[in-house]
Formats: sequence, C-alpha cells, structure tokens
Amino acid sequence: MISPLVAKVASKHKRAEVPALRPGDMVKVQVKIKEGDKERLQAFEGTVIAFHNEGVSRTVTVRKVSFGHGVERIFPLHAPVVDKIELVRTGRVRRAKLYYLRALKGKAARLRERES
Amino acid sequence: MSPGILGKKLGMTQVFRPDGQVVPVTVLKAGPCVVVQRKTPTTDGYDAIQLGLVEGAKTKKLPKPAQGHLKKSGAGGVKYTREFLLQPGDGGDLKQGDRVLVDEFKPSTKVDIIGISKGRGFAGLVKRHHFRGGPSTHGSMFHRAPGSIGASSFPSRVFPGMRMAGRMGTDRVTVRNLEVIEVDADDNLLVVKGAVPGPNGGYVIVRRAK
Repeated sequence: MISPLVAKVASKHKRAEVPALRPGDMVKVQVKIKEGDKERLQAFEGTVIAFHNEGVSRTVTVRKVSFGHGVERIFPLHAPVVDKIELVRTGRVRRAKLYYLRALKGKAARLRERES
Repeated sequence: MSPGILGKKLGMTQVFRPDGQVVPVTVLKAGPCVVVQRKTPTTDGYDAIQLGLVEGAKTKKLPKPAQGHLKKSGAGGVKYTREFLLQPGDGGDLKQGDRVLVDEFKPSTKVDIIGISKGRGFAGLVKRHHFRGGPSTHGSMFHRAPGSIGASSFPSRVFPGMRMAGRMGTDRVTVRNLEVIEVDADDNLLVVKGAVPGPNGGYVIVRRAK
C-alpha cells in the first residue's frame, strides 16, 4: 500500500486533468518539441493499446499506422513534455491490452465506436 | 548545522524535473529530531551529538536506563537514537535539547543514507554471491548448486572466506551521494533520488555527503 505522504509528493507532479481514456480510444497527444531555443507542438494521433502503472507513473501506449508502418509511442501521462491529450473517438474493445492489433492490417484493425 | 538527521523510509515513487526528465525517488520522513546528548572531548573523549527521532513513541515502554537518559534532554516520544561525529568547527553550536529539522537540507545537495537492508533468510549462492548457476534444461543436472569448493588431499580443507550459502540481508548498508530532490518542511519529508536500503517503515540515518 502506498503511504499518503508518498502520494502527496507524487501528486504535485501530476497533471491537473487527464481525460477519461480507455484502451481502444483514438487519441491525439500534443508533444512539446524543443528546436534550438524554440518550442513547438507535435501531434501524435493513434489508438490507445495499453496502460501501464498507476498514479504519477502511469503511461499510455499509442499506436498508429504511418505510411504502412506501425508506429507505437509510450507517453508518461503526467510528463511535462506532454502538453495535452485529447480524445478523438472512442473504441469498443473487450480487453485491456490490445496487442492483437499489431497483427492486423487495414479493415481488420478497425474498432467499433463505444456506445455511451 | 547538524551533520545529519534520522528518519524513516516511506516508499518510492517518481517525479519530473523541470526539463521533463523522470527521476526515481525515495520519500523519507526525516525528523523532527532532538539533540539527546552532546558529547565533548573533555567529557567523552570525542566530539559528537546524539540525535533522537521524535515519533510519538511511548517512553514508558522503553527500558528504565533509556528513559532516564532521554529525560535529561527533555525529549519526548523518542525511541530511536543515533550518534553523529562532529568535525571541528561544524555543528559546534548544537546544544542538548536543540531540535534538528529537515529544512536544514536543501534540494540538489548530496546526502549519504544508512539503513538496514531487507532480510533474505538463508540464501543460496546465486542470490547471495551472484554465481551464475547452470542451465535449467537440455539434460543439465547442475542448476543452482555451488560446484567445487576447493582441491582434494592438498590442502584437505576449505580456505577461509569461501563464498557459500547462508543468511543474507539485515546488514547495515550505506548508499552514498544521493541527490536531494525535494524538501517538504510541513510534513518533514525528504525526497532523495534513487533507492534506499531497508523496508518501507525502516529507520534510516541521513548524513551530509562529504
């Protein structure tokens, strides 16, 4: 069990609001990129295929297919380099880890929208 | 300025640096401490302070001699005391009954942390001395056994210091030069980078790194 005082230290590093995401959801992650002394945002849009850890250490694995190649990035949900995470569309899935999507291509890799 | 402080390990988590880097940290409840005894070269032969960790302990449950010893400094709720040697000209202004708080430590300074490591019980050679062990399969009949421990008729004995299985852990372990990441004076919290020996709830000695 985590001590409330440890949670207090961690809570200062948490972002104020994280959208309620679930595996299968399509998200757009705005990542801060430093170029020289300038900072700009780069978007990474894809499907959430896994969450890991809890609390401030929580990470999300986002997968997209870019020019025929599968690309996956793991973002710490509370990292300062992640500017914003937006929910684009929901997806109806029946498991927590969607690693089976890696073996699927094209139409087979589609997910149905979740009914709220 | 006190050469160190006593505390308890609370647990580990992670934090982010301003540049976004992830830092694994251990959260310690450090202090409040009280100077239980001030040892001086004239009376004790050396220069040191004895600190006691104030944690609301029931003093009545302590042995009578310890109760009497703590009474002199007026320290209540103390059961864990440890000594810190004083270097000449450092911490000389501390007197018996003075309080030592965590805000004496500043972020980005370095500390050494001493704790009692977790007990592993009677551990084999692979765990205790990092022997490699043998293959698990392919007909291998040698898995985690020690192998040869020496020659035969000469010397007809096992050399002292031969690494063997035995009790592992519950040793005093010092981890040096851990960076202080955060100090929370309200809750007496000291957040240091990296791992600290011992279980959560175990006592630790925090010492300024040299």
